[in-house]
Amino acid sequence: MTLALLLAGAVMVALTAYVLMGGADFGGGVWDLFASGPRKRQQRALIAEAIGPIWEANHVWLILVVVLLFVCFPAVFARISVALHIPLTLMLIGIVLRGSAFTFRTYDSQKDEVQRRWGLLFSWASLITPLLLGVSAGAVVTGNLPAAPPTGFMEGFVTPWLQPFPFAVGLLALALMAFLAAVYLAVEAFAGDLQDDFRLRALVSGVAVFATAMLTLALSRRGAPIVWAGLTSSWWAPFYHLTVGTTALAAFWGLWTRRARLARIAAVAQATLILWGWAAVQYPYLIPPDLTIENSAAPHVTLKLVFIALVAGLVLLVPSLFYLFRVFKGAPSQPAS
Amino acid sequence: MTDLLAARSQMGISLAFHIIFAVIGIGMPLLMLVAEWRWQRTGDKLYLELAKRWAKGTAIMFAVGAVSGTVLSFELGLLWPGFMRFAGPIIGMPFSLEGFAFFTEAIFLGIYLYGWDRITPRAHLAAGVMVALSGALSGIFVVIANAWMNTPTGFDMVGGQPVNVDPIAAIFNPAALTQTVHMTLAAYAATGFGVAGIHAALLLQKPTNLFHRRALAVALLVGGPAALLQPLSGDRSAKMVATEQPAKFAAMEGHFRTERGAPFVIGGLPDMETQTVRYAIEVPKVLSFLAHGDFDAEVTGLDRVPRADWPNVPLVHWSFQLMVGFGMFMILCTLLAAWTAFRKRALAENRLLLRLLVLGAPMGFLAVEAGWMVTELGRQPWVVQGVMRTADAVTPMPGLVVPFTFFTLLYVVLSVAVVWLMRRQIMKSPDIEERPPLAAPLPQGA
Repeated sequence: MTLALLLAGAVMVALTAYVLMGGADFGGGVWDLFASGPRKRQQRALIAEAIGPIWEANHVWLILVVVLLFVCFPAVFARISVALHIPLTLMLIGIVLRGSAFTFRTYDSQKDEVQRRWGLLFSWASLITPLLLGVSAGAVVTGNLPAAPPTGFMEGFVTPWLQPFPFAVGLLALALMAFLAAVYLAVEAFAGDLQDDFRLRALVSGVAVFATAMLTLALSRRGAPIVWAGLTSSWWAPFYHLTVGTTALAAFWGLWTRRARLARIAAVAQATLILWGWAAVQYPYLIPPDLTIENSAAPHVTLKLVFIALVAGLVLLVPSLFYLFRVFKGAPSQPAS
Repeated sequence: MTDLLAARSQMGISLAFHIIFAVIGIGMPLLMLVAEWRWQRTGDKLYLELAKRWAKGTAIMFAVGAVSGTVLSFELGLLWPGFMRFAGPIIGMPFSLEGFAFFTEAIFLGIYLYGWDRITPRAHLAAGVMVALSGALSGIFVVIANAWMNTPTGFDMVGGQPVNVDPIAAIFNPAALTQTVHMTLAAYAATGFGVAGIHAALLLQKPTNLFHRRALAVALLVGGPAALLQPLSGDRSAKMVATEQPAKFAAMEGHFRTERGAPFVIGGLPDMETQTVRYAIEVPKVLSFLAHGDFDAEVTGLDRVPRADWPNVPLVHWSFQLMVGFGMFMILCTLLAAWTAFRKRALAENRLLLRLLVLGAPMGFLAVEAGWMVTELGRQPWVVQGVMRTADAVTPMPGLVVPFTFFTLLYVVLSVAVVWLMRRQIMKSPDIEERPPLAAPLPQGA
């Protein structure tokens, strides 16, 4: 195993962490938008409480992905940044609006019309951002990102992503993040009607994950042949579908029978498998059809140093993260003083 | 507006916006920490109240800083793909380290802000220390990357491609130390004076309010020493720039002609036609001394630089003048505060000091903005000094004026929202009159 492959794996791990944690924060925003029924207020309160202390830390996984890409695979970062300028810029606006509107709402003391508007901005931005992240990821795998400086505006900056397939991936990302959020929230609601609200939402979005995944697969035949080939005719495809299917069924069973913690494990496994399935189909390419892990890697000395920094950083980070989640996601602790 | 100018403007506005929140993210944790530590030492609950109130403001600022920082990390590629492809492998290391430092800051800030009732006071204070340390470190790593753009090291150019890449040598580039020290001090000074100015304004209305008295003391304790140290660090920076980036140094000073015993030029209007600075105050020989430590040393002027490689002289000159002027004002305030304290008078009773501090509230931030204008505009037309031109780094994407306009509007709206929210937070500050300190038992574990 080469250093470049190891670091590409690290990018993928960071991206997975971002989807599992940061993605669920966006999903929480989606459920804020769709809060309904007699417990509308409680739903929103639970969502705010769940994401408040952790969303900023969760968000840093995305920065880690960006940084690792531009240090270790600069050509990949440059090509993505040029061809996907428009969706990435829109996604950034979503990121800015989601984070600031959420914070403004939290710290705006008065329960008035203004606060409601911050809430709306927060939840709409939470819906748009995952969609655009998915569109960008989907566009990479189509193999349509232009390698040379583009000649025309449309073919250079619009057609690479304005296709059915990337949008199917966008919908899949949105459904997946909403699904993860609903499952986590069902656990954090502990029991009762509020938990049932999020169980129901998890079941509905779980169906949406299945539907958008099927749509993505169907559209990949024309839109992203590398995905179609990988998921239909590679040697590992049958095992892959079997495992993803099993985790999906386990999540549904857990939700149905109120085993929320089991459902959470299964949902995390399912999302992870979807992401790594994507990584597997485009291996060894980072941007098909020409940029591979090896041919786009930075000089060896850079990779070596980043790897050392990564290991040292994780030694610091993992216990800190563990502490953060224990303080806020563990059993309610005793007040200190 | 050309696409290059639009890209530069968008990057500029994004940096100018983000730096305010980045500076607060470095400075505020230290203020909160001092207040919380005073509470644990003295049991004076006003300090605890102070730490908690400041924490709320910091939470708002940090969130905006985090998202605007994310914008920047993407904009590096969205606007300057040529630069990133070239520089990523060489100077990406500090960015990865910054990633981890920022991660640590975000984690412990979450614990600090939301964990008052969930962990022991000692653990809470420790979380605050982690926030302050990692906040300062993440700023330092980013500034190291910027210093490399000014004094690039750690590679050789062969046929337009970088070879013999040495990321460690790139980190320890000549400007790294002076720039990081200057910026870290600036962050503490700007935050300290910003906070001091707000509480000074409230003390002018209610001079006996104990809450604001405590706040003023803590803010000046952080901002004052930083402001006093800043000229020393500035002197090191100036000497560095004079040696490594003579064109930038000449633009800062409006120094058109190379000469020995060069005068120090204060104010004035650089006239590009006659290549002189009109209406300026000139202090003989001082520039030579400031640049090279010798009153008769030769200072390189813009005449030794091809005209096409000149930065915008009036802008750089005036930014530099403003930065120094704001810094001087803050030093003056610090000295007056120190004198007041030395004479055992309450700071809050010196109304002249309070008025000056109100005036000085934005100056640290303006000095930071002006300083970055000097650094960045002074390096133009290069993105990497002497190696890569800004025009060669820009994205081929057309119509960049659209995102520039949009981000400008977005940042204006966010600024208004932040100011408005901070006003609400400040207006809620407690109304506690002068009286013996509230006796409170020490918290457990303190």
